Amino acid sequence: MSTTDIQYPGSEEEIARIVLEASEARRPIEVRGGGTRLDLGRPVQSASVLSVARLSGITNYDPSELVMAARAGTPLAEIEAALAENNQMLTFEPMDHRPLLAASGEPTIGGVFAGNVSGPRRISAGAARDNLLGVRFVNGSGEIVKSGGRVMKNVTGLDLVKLMAGSWGTLGVLSEVIFKVLPRPETAVTIAVSGLNDAQAAEAMAAALAMSVEVSGAAHLPESVINKFAGGSLKGGPATVLRLEGLIPSVEVRSGRLVAEMSRRGTVSVLEGDISAGLWRDIRDVTPFADGTSKPVWKVSVAPSAGHQLVAALRLKTGVDAFYDWQGGLVWLRMEADPEADLVRQYIKALGGGHATLVRADAATRASVPVFEPQPKPLEALARRVKDQFDPTGVLNPGRMTAGM
Amino acid sequence: MSELIAFLEPDRAVIDRRPAIIADLAGLLPDSCLITEERELVPFDTDAFVSYRRMPLAVVLPETTAQVAAVLKYCNDNSIPVIPRGAGTSLSGGAIPQEDAIVIGVSKLNRILEVDFPNRAAVVQAGVTNISISQAVDADGFFYAPDPSSQLACTIGGNIGMNSGGAHCLKYGVTTNNLLGVKMVMFDGSIVEIGGKALDAAGYDLLGLICGSEGQLGIVTEATVRLIAKPEGARPVLFGFESSVAAGACVTDIIGAGIIPVAIEFMDKPAIEICEAFAHAGYPMDVEALLIVEVEGSDAEMDAMLERIIEIARKHDVKTIRESQSATEAALIWKGRKSAFGATGRIADYICMDGTVPLGQLSHVLEKTSEIIDRYGLRVANVFHAGDGNMHPLILFDANDPDESMKAEMAGNDILKLCVDAGGCLTGEHGVGIEKRDLMRHQYSDADLAQQMRVRAAFDPKWILNPSKVFPLDRRNGSQTGNQSAAGDDRTAA
Ligand SMILES: Cc1cc2nc3c(=O)[nH]c(=O)nc-3n(C[C@H](O)[C@H](O)[C@H](O)COP(=O)(O)OP(=O)(O)OC[C@H]3O[C@@H](n4cnc5c(N)ncnc54)[C@H](O)[C@@H]3O)c2cc1C
Ligand SMILES: Cc1cc2nc3c(=O)[nH]c(=O)nc-3n(C[C@H](O)[C@H](O)[C@H](O)COP(=O)(O)OP(=O)(O)OC[C@H]3O[C@@H](n4cnc5c(N)ncnc54)[C@H](O)[C@@H]3O)c2cc1C
Repeated sequence: MSTTDIQYPGSEEEIARIVLEASEARRPIEVRGGGTRLDLGRPVQSASVLSVARLSGITNYDPSELVMAARAGTPLAEIEAALAENNQMLTFEPMDHRPLLAASGEPTIGGVFAGNVSGPRRISAGAARDNLLGVRFVNGSGEIVKSGGRVMKNVTGLDLVKLMAGSWGTLGVLSEVIFKVLPRPETAVTIAVSGLNDAQAAEAMAAALAMSVEVSGAAHLPESVINKFAGGSLKGGPATVLRLEGLIPSVEVRSGRLVAEMSRRGTVSVLEGDISAGLWRDIRDVTPFADGTSKPVWKVSVAPSAGHQLVAALRLKTGVDAFYDWQGGLVWLRMEADPEADLVRQYIKALGGGHATLVRADAATRASVPVFEPQPKPLEALARRVKDQFDPTGVLNPGRMTAGM
Repeated sequence: MSELIAFLEPDRAVIDRRPAIIADLAGLLPDSCLITEERELVPFDTDAFVSYRRMPLAVVLPETTAQVAAVLKYCNDNSIPVIPRGAGTSLSGGAIPQEDAIVIGVSKLNRILEVDFPNRAAVVQAGVTNISISQAVDADGFFYAPDPSSQLACTIGGNIGMNSGGAHCLKYGVTTNNLLGVKMVMFDGSIVEIGGKALDAAGYDLLGLICGSEGQLGIVTEATVRLIAKPEGARPVLFGFESSVAAGACVTDIIGAGIIPVAIEFMDKPAIEICEAFAHAGYPMDVEALLIVEVEGSDAEMDAMLERIIEIARKHDVKTIRESQSATEAALIWKGRKSAFGATGRIADYICMDGTVPLGQLSHVLEKTSEIIDRYGLRVANVFHAGDGNMHPLILFDANDPDESMKAEMAGNDILKLCVDAGGCLTGEHGVGIEKRDLMRHQYSDADLAQQMRVRAAFDPKWILNPSKVFPLDRRNGSQTGNQSAAGDDRTAA
């Protein structure tokens, strides 16, 4: 792919024209936001690049309605700044991939939703897809389509919004996204329990989530990675960390109850302010594996109680480092050498199912190993039929998610 | 009776084959699962959108996923329309059959298969009622969050079909935010499993697409849903206002201040009177509008949040503030709210609109709604999920008066258009069904609708699944529908 062939449409109509021409000529295009995740996913087999970077700007934001609309190429930083000014936030905490992928560039809001990128608060506030209310996009035939809107509840027709979230630019080029925003919590504290092994930690996290204290983050950081979090300020072996957020009086009460319960399991400390915030940022951005290497990194999604079993099983076979988010259901794995895709996926299946995405690896590996979990045959056939209905000539990001699709 | 909404012309060829079809079905399921007697078919001729009725060709109530698959495959092979059905409480006519169709009801698939507390998930069959999930896990301190007022009757299958919500969805989200996986039978009888106990499923978000698809993409036979720890306590508080506009503005300010209670429900005076007469919940009768605001947590938490809410309410000249003092009182307050539709049904016929608007538009839309109602000389009671802008004007009319029935439907259409024009949508949680089908063009362009219909066709190439619903009849591409003679232009036929 020659880097000279990048188009920067400045309007939705221009996107539509470019895609239409590409579709008529059967000429594949790579859809790009800020290009921070170009090393994510399968390398796209395409001739030219369509960047939405010039399609930028917040188009509608009334803080009292808790909704924002923005053009897809709007830098995430601009969105977060506007929200911060009004003491609001994207509740699903999208990850910044740049450290992990050693990438530069400016992440865009379109890219965040195209990848359904969600961070630690996923367990209480939902994923990016749960917060996406409406989209405008150009499908593979160059038609401008909208779905959803700017209201919180909507069952008017098929929910194409969900389908667009996490479709990695293979179904349409997002031109505008409308999403839910929420007030920042008045306060946040982290209860850290030290000394638990992975299995005990899974039990502790399940116990915490069974309490009526509204845990908004639940992660376990094994000893091998612990000094990489919060600037090395966590001492005393592995830490199981639980975040509470909300009104000050309410967090006080809940944290008292959680500390009492967790004290029966290990040594408890309470982290506040910048240390707590920094810790969750490190968890979100997978800081311990942002090591400047291209050692394979997997993002594994399984039932929360299966996460540590997966890691234990893998350890018997291969060199792997791991930590857990989402109550143990999100496992970040860094492989010592080979990605061991078959092994990872075979064990996931044996443990009740889930999926693994190869988030980091060198280009040769990403071209040869299925980056996204291969789907069972009937589902893959269905996904193909869906893709055909959006992009009949197959010009949008061909091969990004699945080879030959 | 005049009917504003058209159905597809039934396929004579299918109806003529009825005896043979029934014989074939009898080979696919036990006798106890097949209903063909006219008298026994009557309960299936409509749902809660009772103004429209159509007798189905037959009803099957399978006991296994395999039986659902066998019937669906048979129907697809023979181009017989299929109407998936849960409890038939749809308010938009989503489960109304047609003369050439077979209803596949999931009511016998009513077992809770697994409750998994460490993973906070329950696996249930599609015919399980909404409330029975919460009941099954209550003693262990959990609940299933979406709580439609019809929760005693409605099924998880139907909830998925309509992406149903409820009063407590302001904090916890609607069905789509609480569904982890499904087992679904496709048009050709193949069985797919999507998602599971992991928080995210692989590939395209088909689960999100299926939620709210109104039985057009397949028949769900099992669902994995998320369980949530019950709050320590919950307290509904009544706030009475001098005007609907003040109450609406108060809602906007509460949310705008970043306070998200579990529920903010709105009732105007007619609704208060209807519900109080039914439930004796102690609603204030000397106010024009009432908000039920529920906060939850420990006493200290609830006190802290209420203090802030009260401060905001005072700015809007709140007239009455009443906190429930006991669990019994709290239950009565909710009983009044949740029986609003039933209680209304005792005094008049009604249709319930479901348009959803941006919060800042609440007061405006309430005002315009009453103008529309006045113009048609009708009455309205407003009782709705205010915190997320989900309006429910109940338009009261006399179904025995054809002229008034027609006016009610027309007023409803005007109100829904008003919601769309205010930046909202036709339906927040009740679905399009047949009711709002012909208004879809008001919200969507041809390209928008065509894209949705193409996706639909990827799941159901022959359009056999719930074919008369959601999409305007005259906008269907190609020959998928059995019969082309029923174009939307005929729809005002008497
Ligand atoms: C295989 C893979 C796995 C990933 N896993 C995670 C993860 O687990 N957690 C996480 O936080 N992030 C993950 N990401 C990355 C992250 O998705 C975001 O992509 C990010 O915010 C991208 O922003 P960007 O503007 O730099 O996008 P880019 O790097 O330019 O693009 C990222 C992806 O989004 C598509 N895209 C960008 N803009 C648009 C648009 N306007 N319309 C349609 N498609 C568009 C691109 O085609 C590309 O597929 C993953 C990415 C990939 C490819
Ligand atoms: C008094 C009353 C109060 C209500 N309150 C609320 C409320 O607060 N919030 C709310 O959201 N709704 C409410 N509703 C509407 C209604 O109860 C919901 O839409 C409910 O989810 C329907 O469930 P059901 O089992 O009755 O489904 P049905 O009415 O039988 O079917 C609903 C739709 O789902 C499809 N379907 C049913 N089962 C399946 C399946 N297994 N697989 C695929 N598709 C299927 C049907 O084809 C149909 O399109 C209320 C209704 C009444 C009568």
